[in-house]
Amino acid sequence: MKTIWTIAKRELGTYFTSPVAYVFIVIFLFLAGAFTFMVGRFFDRGVADLLPFFLWHPWLYLFLVPAAGMRLWSEELRLGTMELLLTMPVTPWQAILGKYLASWIFLAIALFLTFPIVITVGYLGHPDYGRIFCGYLGSLMLAGAFLSIALLTSSFTRNQVVSFILAVVVCLFLILCGWPPVTDAVSNWAPAWVVDGLASIGVMTHFDSLQRGVLDSRDLLFFGSVIVFCLFANSVVLRAHRA
Amino acid sequence: MINVEHLTKTFGAKCAVDDVTFSVSKGEVLGFLGPNGAGKSTSMRMITGYLPPTSGTITVAGFNVADQPLEARRRIGYLPENAPIYSDMSVLGFLSFCAEMRGLFGSAKKDAIDRVVQLCFLERVLHQSVDTLSKGFRHRTCLAQALIHDPEVLILDEPTDGLDPNQKYEVRTLIRRMGSEKAIIFSTHILEEVEAACSRAIIIDQGKIVANGTPDELKAQSPFAGNVIVTVGNVSKAQLLPQIEALKGVEKVWIVAEKPEHVTFQVVPRGNVLPELLEAGTRNAWKIEHLDVEEGRLDDVFRSITLPDTKPAA
Repeated sequence: MKTIWTIAKRELGTYFTSPVAYVFIVIFLFLAGAFTFMVGRFFDRGVADLLPFFLWHPWLYLFLVPAAGMRLWSEELRLGTMELLLTMPVTPWQAILGKYLASWIFLAIALFLTFPIVITVGYLGHPDYGRIFCGYLGSLMLAGAFLSIALLTSSFTRNQVVSFILAVVVCLFLILCGWPPVTDAVSNWAPAWVVDGLASIGVMTHFDSLQRGVLDSRDLLFFGSVIVFCLFANSVVLRAHRA
Repeated sequence: MINVEHLTKTFGAKCAVDDVTFSVSKGEVLGFLGPNGAGKSTSMRMITGYLPPTSGTITVAGFNVADQPLEARRRIGYLPENAPIYSDMSVLGFLSFCAEMRGLFGSAKKDAIDRVVQLCFLERVLHQSVDTLSKGFRHRTCLAQALIHDPEVLILDEPTDGLDPNQKYEVRTLIRRMGSEKAIIFSTHILEEVEAACSRAIIIDQGKIVANGTPDELKAQSPFAGNVIVTVGNVSKAQLLPQIEALKGVEKVWIVAEKPEHVTFQVVPRGNVLPELLEAGTRNAWKIEHLDVEEGRLDDVFRSITLPDTKPAA
């Protein structure tokens, strides 16, 4: 446990000693605000909720989370520090969890800094705080799922750009999977079980139900399984690197 | 301390390390020699548990590296090839991270960092970012990392690579000093380093151990070992050669260098040729300017073992 935290602390430090953290947070907050107020017409709707705020998160995360995670293993491979790290008394799992937690905490910090918008709706009206909490939880889980994908793709290659693009493509696939235009197009030629299968691995249905304030264990379980699967695949890739 | 038995590693069809067996006990410094691609780094990576061996067993301080990897790794300090290091940290931050990874916290951590900083001469750059360090300092920072938990076993992959002569000397001295209480393996291309720091050396070529012994034993394997080299000032080559060839103790003789003022020749002896040679010298009134018995050079041993087709240059 202490080892995981030591690794996580180093990774978090890396975010904040380089400009990455600040650029990321500024861009995230700026885009989240711009989409909410300009595209989402937050004020014109006249409803005290955060739907127009959370609506854009999957699309922001699509690019920003892979950007935050592309470095995690690629850099270790490029610098050769992976050899250093994995010959210390750590198990691969500790290394993976340490890196994952550090980046997730970093994303949570960025998400937390959107708190003024909660104060804003609280000031303007009487929002349903339970629903806002669910919204934040869904957003955090979505970020966590995308992050696990980015962590996995970064272990494939020493090239951060390749790792970024792979992560974006996979995340985009997961976003589009459950989207009606896509499922409709597929249902024209594919058997029903393919359509259902595709729809069920899409992140949007799970994300949306959390936005509606429904705290369903199945949605949390979905995000949890994506994360566990990717972290497990990550450990397999690490083993393959060393064989 | 380190026991390697029948270690083999194949990458696809290529056999990088082929049935290697050796051991290093406490107080020994083992030099690992070999041409590039001979399997030195691969062997070291397997001993540190980074690469799993295809077959064979490795035990470090009594722990099997395959079965109890964490216990074994706790006792190993490892300097990987090219001294990789996290580039976005300060030297102090990096050492502090490594200390914590080794389970050192609080005052134990502080003491450990102070010790290695002094040992590796890092005071001047302690708060500098690793990015901005010169190669020598980067290397020594990574070396400090390997020493931070005062391990019983040290595995150093080319510890003096890229250092200037003074730094090389310091690192060599450091290795020799630590050698008395640890088991150390280090690889190098520089043969004089083996003589300076090792109590034993292994030459590995194409994945196999081709020589194993103390530096003196290895040197004795040199094709030139025991040869007598003499420089004579006042006799011409034509006069000299028959006089030497007549001696019973001379197996073979050839001229190494011929200049107007003197002639240098080398004798391959049969038994001890020196008394006879000196007697011949007085008898024929040679003006002997220089006389030397070749100890054998590791370079020659290394070349003759790893390049079996090359004849020793006369």
